[in-house]
Amino acid sequence: MQYAVLIYESEQDFADRPGLMPAYAAYSRALAEAGHMAGGEALQPTHTATTVRLRHGERQVQDGPFPDSKEQLGGFFLIDVPDLDAALTWAARCPAAERCAVEVRPVLAMEAP
Amino acid sequence: MEGRRAAELAARQSFGKLVAWLTARCGDVAAAEDALGDAFLAALRRWPSEGVPRAPEAWLLVVARRRLIDRARRDRTLEQLLPELDAAAPGLDPETPENAMEIPDERLRLLFLCAHPAIDPGLQAPLMLQTVLGLTASRIAAAFLVAPATMGQRLVRAKAKIRDAGIPFVLPDVEALPARSAAVLQAIYAAYTTGWNGEGGDARNRGLAQEAVLLARLCAALLPEEPEARGLLALLLHCEARHGARRAADGSYVPLLEQEPEQWDAALIAEAEAALTEASQAGRPGRFQLEAAIQSLHAHRAVSGAVDWPALLGLYDALLALAPSAGGRVSRIAVLAELAGQAVALAELDVLAAAEPALREHQPWWALRAHLLQCTGQAGAARQAYRRAIALTDDPAVRAFLRLRADTYAL
Repeated sequence: MQYAVLIYESEQDFADRPGLMPAYAAYSRALAEAGHMAGGEALQPTHTATTVRLRHGERQVQDGPFPDSKEQLGGFFLIDVPDLDAALTWAARCPAAERCAVEVRPVLAMEAP
Repeated sequence: MEGRRAAELAARQSFGKLVAWLTARCGDVAAAEDALGDAFLAALRRWPSEGVPRAPEAWLLVVARRRLIDRARRDRTLEQLLPELDAAAPGLDPETPENAMEIPDERLRLLFLCAHPAIDPGLQAPLMLQTVLGLTASRIAAAFLVAPATMGQRLVRAKAKIRDAGIPFVLPDVEALPARSAAVLQAIYAAYTTGWNGEGGDARNRGLAQEAVLLARLCAALLPEEPEARGLLALLLHCEARHGARRAADGSYVPLLEQEPEQWDAALIAEAEAALTEASQAGRPGRFQLEAAIQSLHAHRAVSGAVDWPALLGLYDALLALAPSAGGRVSRIAVLAELAGQAVALAELDVLAAAEPALREHQPWWALRAHLLQCTGQAGAARQAYRRAIALTDDPAVRAFLRLRADTYAL
């Protein structure tokens, strides 16, 4: 089963990224070696974010992330593990778990067309 | 009528076991419950005219399994279950019980599933009551003081999460076991107290208390390394032992200290004592072992004729250090009244309420206060406190008891 491990980060975490890179690299390697890595990306900090809405056919563009809160989505891993217990075990090992938080969400399996 | 009674009896006794068996094979508690519900309906329709099968549980499983297979054929997301369900057939023979496969009791796994940390803690006991004991959402809602529709919705959502998030139907591994066991025991305790509190006149709630004891027995047997499981069992057995003594012949309420020890169930007390002794040998005290030890001291009155108040106070102090609770603090003050006098205890009650204003809605706080005021000759204040204590309980026997106490003083 595939799960998205969504990484939430504070402003401080975004600022500390250079120092955190080795930890994330080790985490990625561990996931890959265990055969659980299915994908993932890190996102640029929130000052680069733009939020778009379409209202009555009109495009509304706004500077900043959605929603505007203290912790922001900073990236995600896509992992392939047997069940939620295994997903939670791997999520707890993610460097973000002890700094801010990670959210685990099962991926919706789409049927082949 | 015979068939209907047999179907109802099977429903009460086997529900959790059959849900666990089906969940183990389809991974979806809600689908397992639905299929089993259909099977019980079929039993109610057919057993009265066709007779009760010789192995009712096997009959129900065969029908429920067929329902699940039908559903898996229609629903492509369940299709992968077909081989598993087909393989689950051998040995299930409704007509030859002596040859029928022993249906394994997988309820412990079901309990761990319901008390999984990914499930809202407030929903763990309701989920157990529904999936393991087969209670309806509206009965659970009444016990937990929530609107029936709200409780139903929450249970449906929790079961959808179990299925969609892939919460596994397994026993936790060794490292996770202590914390996971604590969650299961807490939920069983919640189920028992729901039965205990709701006892007033509703015979079905007695069944709930007894089912909770059954689950505690199961946990104690299947979790031999966990002393708190035996502690919980000892606690529940001590409470069960006094069940008959809590009501006089005319149905009126009898408080613990006025109960006749001859009316306590000596066999249950002996079993409770044995469980507590075994638990204490692990040398790891816990909340349930301490609560059981408190009940054990009360039970000792049957032998010694008296209550060891200083020892009781020591146990309450240990319990409150480990697991602070409003109810525990009020009980401790009741013990203090015996040792230090009613005036001291009354002052302690006020100190407690000043620190925790929520106690002004706590029935035992008012009942104890009324009693202490009465003993210290403060008639007017006692009457008012009794009125509050009466207003805060819906148990008719307890209300009548408190009314009698209030009136006794007036005379």
